Order: sequence, then structure tokens, then C-alpha cells
Amino acid sequence: MLRLPAFRYISPRTLTEATARLAEGGPDTAAIAGGTDLLPHMKRRQRCPTVLVGLRHLPELQGIRGTPDQGLTIGAGCTLAEVTQHPGIREAYPALAWAAGMVATATVRQMGTIGGNLCIETRCTCFDLPLHTRDALGHCFKDGGALCLVAPRSPRCWAIASSDAAPLLIAIGAQVRLVSAAGERAISLRDLYRDDGLRPLALQPGEVLTEILLPPADGRRAAYRKVRRRGTIDFPVLGVAVAARFAPDGTVKDASVVLGAVASAPLVVPEAARLLEGSRLDPETVRAAAVAATRSARPLENTDLAAAWRKHLVRVTVERALREMAHA
Amino acid sequence: MPEFALIGRARPRVDAAGKVTGTTRYADDLALPGQLWCKLVRSPLPHARIVRIDPAPALALEGVAAVLTGGDLQTTYGILPVSQDEQALCADTVRYVGDPVAAVAAVDEATAARAAALIVVEYEPLSAVLSIEDAMQPAAEPIHGGGNVQKAVALEFGDVAQGLREAAYQRDDLFFYDGSTHLAMEEHAVLASFAPDGILTLWSSTQTPHYLHRVLSKVLGMPMSRIRVIATPVGGGFGGKSDVLNHELVAAALARATGHPVKCVLTREEVFYAHRGRHPTVIWIRTGWGRDGRVTALHLRTWLDGGAYGSYGVATTYYTGALAPLTYRIPHYRFEGLRVFTNKPACGPKRGHGTPQPRFALECHLDKVAEDLGFDPVELRRRNLVAPFSPTVNWLRVTSCGLAECIDRVVAASGFAQKHRHLPPGRGVGFAVSGYLSGAGLPVYWNDLPHSEVHLTVDRGGRVCVFSGAIDIGQGSDSILIAVVAEVLGLQPEDIQLVTADTALTPVDLGSYSSRVTFMAGNAAVQAAQRMRALIARAVAPRLGVPPEEVRFADGHVAAAGDGARRLRWQEACTVAEAVHGTLSASGAYTPPKLAGPYKGSGVGPSAAYSFSACVAEVAVDEETGEVQVEKVWLAHDIGRALNPLLVAGQVEGSVYMAVGEALFERQGYRRGVHAGPSMLEYKSPTMYEMPAVETILVESIDPEGPFGAKECGQGPLLPVVPAIANAIYDAVGVRVDEVPATPDKLLRALTRAKGGPARIGPTAAPPAAFGPVTKVRRPEDEDAAAAGI
Repeated sequence: MLRLPAFRYISPRTLTEATARLAEGGPDTAAIAGGTDLLPHMKRRQRCPTVLVGLRHLPELQGIRGTPDQGLTIGAGCTLAEVTQHPGIREAYPALAWAAGMVATATVRQMGTIGGNLCIETRCTCFDLPLHTRDALGHCFKDGGALCLVAPRSPRCWAIASSDAAPLLIAIGAQVRLVSAAGERAISLRDLYRDDGLRPLALQPGEVLTEILLPPADGRRAAYRKVRRRGTIDFPVLGVAVAARFAPDGTVKDASVVLGAVASAPLVVPEAARLLEGSRLDPETVRAAAVAATRSARPLENTDLAAAWRKHLVRVTVERALREMAHA
Repeated sequence: MPEFALIGRARPRVDAAGKVTGTTRYADDLALPGQLWCKLVRSPLPHARIVRIDPAPALALEGVAAVLTGGDLQTTYGILPVSQDEQALCADTVRYVGDPVAAVAAVDEATAARAAALIVVEYEPLSAVLSIEDAMQPAAEPIHGGGNVQKAVALEFGDVAQGLREAAYQRDDLFFYDGSTHLAMEEHAVLASFAPDGILTLWSSTQTPHYLHRVLSKVLGMPMSRIRVIATPVGGGFGGKSDVLNHELVAAALARATGHPVKCVLTREEVFYAHRGRHPTVIWIRTGWGRDGRVTALHLRTWLDGGAYGSYGVATTYYTGALAPLTYRIPHYRFEGLRVFTNKPACGPKRGHGTPQPRFALECHLDKVAEDLGFDPVELRRRNLVAPFSPTVNWLRVTSCGLAECIDRVVAASGFAQKHRHLPPGRGVGFAVSGYLSGAGLPVYWNDLPHSEVHLTVDRGGRVCVFSGAIDIGQGSDSILIAVVAEVLGLQPEDIQLVTADTALTPVDLGSYSSRVTFMAGNAAVQAAQRMRALIARAVAPRLGVPPEEVRFADGHVAAAGDGARRLRWQEACTVAEAVHGTLSASGAYTPPKLAGPYKGSGVGPSAAYSFSACVAEVAVDEETGEVQVEKVWLAHDIGRALNPLLVAGQVEGSVYMAVGEALFERQGYRRGVHAGPSMLEYKSPTMYEMPAVETILVESIDPEGPFGAKECGQGPLLPVVPAIANAIYDAVGVRVDEVPATPDKLLRALTRAKGGPARIGPTAAPPAAFGPVTKVRRPEDEDAAAAGI
């Protein structure tokens, strides 16, 4: 069995105390909520923080508030199981409940939080390996080395964004509240991500994601489809989120198409969305949007299954997601 | 009245309560006072010479008791006498990423791990040989000295050229079956302890305590009489715990060096490197056929990627040829096979041991032949089926054989005839058959001793104790041993206790491999129980007023035949018998008949009995993505007699699960000799979502030599499932699956190509045919002809 390295655990009682501890902690301090992403990384010695600041039980990160008319606010510390099972979410944002229910396994969803899923590490077949195997393969950018083992001539890390919740939440226009000792801000979730496998989150040091702010439901329909090898456990090798609002005549008013697991950040495809707007999601338009999404996706050989297959699956999956949304 | 009280009844496993309540004590649950932890230092290079090892920084760490390096354990070993090519710790050369070079014993696991990381090892890299083709290059770096072809075999039974001349049609095909690992839930663990008198006791999660006993003696330089090996309940083996592995020897050596008990538990990563799994195998098949759909000749070639060490690989190589002709009447047969060394973890025995690869190839090949000749695939097989009680072309003695009934019932249950070629696009059914052995006819080292021995005693309370060297690896051998003894003595399973797999207490059983335990230990247990019954019958017969032959054992009583009123309770009968005979004890043993054919290499394949299976798989293929869902598997298995149908169904379902993994998902893959993903997450074994519904059909052919007529069920049912799935994919989407696993990316490539040319996944070129000169072997029918003076 892999064992955890030694660390000190701090259990702050308030968010203010937590952000203070994180601010004073420096790079060896990490925030932990459910721990389902961080602790395996520590066991594999991919990250070895010496101090962990527990966020999970902070009251400020708990609960799901608001109404679909105003938009719901989800505490970042809510478990994925809570999000999946919440009646208000299932009623007004069913695609979010579905996407959250696609993460990992039922057991992990009882521990893992929605905020944690938005902040999970980017993944790569050359990085997500136990220590001895990484020693043998060579250490990449993400592992303290000086190259990308997937694209050795590239100056950057190409590890992939692997959240299931993020593409869907970006597609429906969610914002996130970020709080630090210095203050707080709300940004569009899309802006939380950077296309950099090494530093994929635009969080300031010591900043904590506390809430996810959903826009009013407003008749918006959405769908999320996850591609992976097995029906459970696996991270996405492709995630497709689509969302749209419709005019009274049934034409698409505004749309968005977001891809997960094809780049280091969730990939928003405005070209695909533009094609859908004004349409009635007829098969030709759906196909054209799917082709546009496929053009912008450039998966590499850095997760399960061949990159060419994953690229092909973008078209198939976007079409399926749009059809599902049309009939939602 | 039913023939038997227990046999044939579905009963839960005797160890079920312990397993489901977490009270079973596996090797990792054991601890001794003063115990140290061992960690191994493993090579990061696939092939290198060891220049220097400096243990000083580790020894300087507080809490470190000892460091061993290759110089401390020089004796080579291996599971087969012909493959003594391993060292507990490499002395000069590392041969795969993960090969151990040093070992630490420290006060706790964390200290041992820290110390292991401090040991300095300097390597001189050698060029790494990573594929069959690389290994066969004349200029390839030798892995064990000499060439990298470890074993080459070429045998011909009859005259294949003549058979092909007689053929109206012939066809050849090339296949590849990728490597996979066992993925037992329990990671290997060992605890070694020396008593003050110098006796070593070693507890290990092993399938083969007897072989471990021998190898410990050799490597440690201690007589077997000073070593006691106890196999703990094994949390899944599937062949992965049937080799002696480095950590077992190292823990014992460290215990000797430190005077403390030493424990070693492998991580999942280390288990992937320990491996001994399915050999990646290229298979080439050519057959000739008469217009009547009868085969005239079979020519089979296999190339096995063996990894860095011999393991069971010489046997595996023979197995790729030995059981292919088991199911059909083949007039002329040539088998050529070779195994190469490569700088990867050693391959070895995995469920089916060398036979799933050629079986996959053969059954897919037969479907193509059937299509070419315009035969229904089931009919083609029926025309060529092996007959019960007949020899095969390569001298296997087939006895009971329910294969024809297996085929009839699986075809009827699945509706194969109605579905084949008639399901809507994207859905298909496939069919295949197979056969497997009920225990290898020979042990891994030459001896004339029984393969299984069982000893029975009775205590004053009448409780029977069964002593057997067999270890339950999840296959249910404990339940079977108890059931057969209880049946013979007229008792209930609750009346029997079991002591297993302890070399100090139990007589020998060769191990839980080759589907041998129910057959061999079962036969030994039946004999021991019959002898116990005879002892008691002799003692109580005068009391009951009948001759001993008329004493009956049933319902916990010993009674006069025909007069149930004249009877003694079992415990009373035992007391009477003990007064007459003294200590009540009886032993039984089983040695399989000597069945080897008249040729070198004939030791692999013979078995006292063969099981047979027939399978239909139904699949749904997503033509846009290449993803396959196996919807249902029907599997009919000739079990001889189902001693416990519930356990048999469990073995069938487990086999189907493993076969689905090999057909569609699993691959022990490497990047530059480094494992591609040694974790439960990255190694894609199916989950419950991928597991099809399974309908198990048990066919009982009542084997004359099996215990109560039983044959094996632990491995055989895996074999036909992989080709049945491949054939079903063809039926669904017209893509020939000549390579497994058939992953969605490969299938989609073939589907996309399908619009243009032949749709197929599979290899395009065979490695060099360097099998050496062919040994001609006369066939059983030649013998008969000679005897008849023809």
C-alpha cells in the first residue's frame, strides 16, 4: 500500500482563519477539502506539502442556497454526492447533477467536493504514475524536471484539464467566489483556468474557492457527456458540455460548447456556439458545430486511448450532447 | 433418494463468513513482536550492469538494521529446473525496470522506504531489448548470455504437407494476443521469522508453498527440514503467486541477518513489476480442409514475449501448442513455438497458461474458414469434434468429454442460430469452444511422489480434521476438501475442520495451479476418508452385527445397512474405533497416471482428465466510436460433476470477467521498458459496468477418474470467451478481430477503413520463423496401424 508522507494538519474554525493560515503558510502549505485528489498525489509523492489546512467543515463553504429564479449558490465544500442528489439542482440544473455524478466512483463522490473537482490537478500519463515508475521514465515539468515527456521539444506542460464539473459549469455561465486574506472577488469560472498544465489555476497564493454561483436557470438547457474507458472510476478522456437558451420560436438564443480533457484548460469553442445560435438544432447545424469543435480540439497522446480517437470522438460526442440537449 | 448428501448441492463457501466480515487473516494482517520492515531497491533501467552499490548512507540512518545486496544471495533459482536464471537480488546485471538490487530492513515501513531511497546504485546502461523482433535480431544485446531465444520447439505429428496436399481449401491467418496481468486484489506479502533454535518460519501469500519450501532451502543454503512454509489465505492468485518471488527470499535472508522477524508487503506498483502474467504472443495458423468441412491438417506457430526471466515460460511455450488440438480430430499437426527474453517484467502463468492465445487464434480462424466454405460456424466445429475416450494427434488421452452437449446447450440457450447474421447492425453473436486440463500430469521438478496427499484425524469429540497442503486462493478448495470428506463420512461440513498449506503440519500438495486441486487433492481426500471409514466400519461392525461392508455412514451416524435402527452416533462410533485401533488417522494420496507421449516435450499437456467449454457471446458495438459492450455470455462447461454448482458458477463468472478484460480492455503496456501505468486506475480492468450477464450451463460427463466424477473449472471457462467476443464483433460490424484487446481506438480505425478495404485489426507480419529443425513424432493412429500390421 502507498503511504502518506508526514504532514501537519490544521483545522481552522472560520474561513478568515483558514485564509490567514494559508497566507502565512507559503508554498509548502496546501488547502484540503475532500482530499480525494490531493491525498493520492501525496501518496505518489507528486506533491509533498508539509502543512494541510482543512477547509471541508468551514461553515462558509457549506450549503446550497438560493432559488433557480435568482440562481443557486453552491458551497465549494459540498460533496459531489450532495450536488448530484440536491433536489433543486436536479430540477433546475439537471445536467450539473449528472456531470457531478460522473466523477470517479460513488465512494469518492461521498468525500470529494465540488470545489475540489473544479481545482483538480491536470493529468498526464507521464505524470500520474507511482514514484519508482516516474524515476525510471524521467521527471517532467510537472514533476520537478525540465521537459515535457509527451512533447519533448515543447517548452510547456501539456497535462490535461480533467474536471467533469468545470466544462458544464462554464457552459452554463457559472461564476466562482475566491477569498483570500487580502479580500475576495467573483470571477467567471472560465477565467479560473489557464492553458498551462503546470499552473492550471489562476488562483492567487492563499486564495480559496468558496462558492459556485449559478446564473438563473432561465429556461437554459444543458447536457454533459463523458467519454472514458469504463463506466465508472476513470477520469474523462473527453468531456463535452453544451448549453443553450431558446427563443419562444424554438430557435437557439445563445449557446455554448465547452470541451474537457483535450487541453490544459476547459476549451470553450465559440465557433461552434455561433453556428448553433439562431438554429433549431437541425442535424446539419449540429454536425457543423460538432465539426467546428473537432477542429479546435488538439488532443495529445497523454491520456488513455489514442489521440486520434479522442479527436474523432469530439465530433461524435458533441453531436450526441446537442441531440440530448435538444430533447432535454 | 438423492445419490449424495452434499455433493452436487449449492452451498456457500466455508470461508465466506471470514471473508465478508474481514476476519480472515491474510499475510499482510500478520505481525510479530520485534518485527522489521523490508523494502526493496529496484532498478530504474530496463537493462544495465551494476557498477557499484553503496549501502552506507542507508546503514547510517537511525532504525536501519541491515542492508543486503546481490553479493549476499548469489544462488540462482527459478520455478523450473531448466530455468534457474533468477537471483533474489541482482548481483551483476539488472534485466527489467523493477529488478531488485538491494534490500533494507528497518524498524518501520517509513524508515525502510527512506533508507532504500538513500542507497546509491551506479549503473552502466546496456541496450534494452523490448520486443520479440528486437530480441531475434542477431546483434541484440544478450539478456542471459547466448541468444535471446530462450526456447524453440518444433514438433510434427503426422505429415502436415501431406494433409495440405489432400486439402481442397487452405487458409492461414496471423494473430496477436497482448500481455495482461493477474490483478489479484491482494498485494503479495511475506513474513519471515527465525526461532531461537534456528528454524525459519515463513508466511506468504503464495499459491505454491511446496515449491517455495524447496527454493528457500536452495537459496538460503538451509535444509528443508529447518524451514517451515505457511501459505496464508490468498486474496486472489490467478497464477501471479505461483512463482517464488524475490521478496520472499529477501525477507527470509534479512530475518536471518538481523535476528528479527521481517515483513515485506509489495505495493501495487511492485506487483505490476513482479508480474508473471500473460505472455504477449503472436500466433500464425494454417489449416487445410476437405469439401466435407473436415480438417486435413493444422500448422500452428507461436512467438512468446517472455520478459526478463524464464519463470514457467518453457512450459508456457509448450502449452501454446499442446492444447490447441484438444477439441478437434486433427489428422496432421505441426507445432512450432519459441519464447524470447526481453527487458520487461517476466511473463509466466496466468489463468489458462499459454492456451488462451492459440485458442483465441484457432477459434477466430475457424470462423473465417466456416465463412469461406459456406458452413455455419457451429456445424464446422461439430464435424471435427474430438470423440470421448480417444487420443488426440499429440497423444493427449481424452476421457470423458461433454463438448458436443456443451455446444448443443449453449447454442440452444443463446438462440445462436436465430441471431447469427440476423441481428441488426451493431449487434452480433459469436461462438467458440475450448478444452483445458484438470491438473498437469507432471510436477515442475522430476519426482515419483504423489502430487497431493491428505491426512485425516478424529478428536474425542468426533471432530474430523483434514490436513492438506492445498491453499485456497479464492477458488474454493477449502470448501471442496471439506465437502468431499463430509460426504464420504456421512457428516456435515460443520463437523470438519481444515489445516492447510503448512509444510510442518500438512502433507504435500504441489500447489494451487494448473486447475489441479479439486481433482488431485480431492481424490486424495476421498481416499483418506474412505480409509477412515473402513477403519471405523471394521471396529463397529461387530456392535452392529453386520460385516464391515454393510456398515453405512450417513446423517452423522454409522448404521447397519438395511436396518436404520441399529446405529451409533458418529462420535460413539469413533470412540469404539479408537478403542480398537488406537489413534484414528488415515491418509490418502493421488498421483496422476503416466500419460506422456513418446516425444521430448510430451510432459506438458497430459492430464488425467480434460474439461470442455462452449461459449456464445452477444455484443453491441457502437459504430461511431468503436466501443463494445458485451451484453451477455452463455457458457456451457463440462465439469465432469459439479461438486458444488455455486462454486462452479463462481469460477465461470470469474473466468468470463477476466476474459472480457483480455478481449477488450487490459494490456500490460510499456513505454521504453517502463510500465505504462502500474496502478489500479491506469490498468484498465473491467468494472461491474462492463461485466456482461452470464448464463452458466453445467454439463456433467462424470469423469471416471475425477473425485465423484469432477473435473476442473477454474481456468477452462476463460478460453472460449475471448474468441467468442471477437467473433461476435465481426458478426456485429464486419471487422475481423485478429488482435486483442480490441480497444475502441483500434476498432474505430478498422471501421473507418472498412468502407475501403478489408476491415481487420491485427498484425501484418510474423517474426522470423527460427524454430529449428522439426522433430517428427508418430501419431497414436500410426501406433495402432503398426500394431495391426498395416
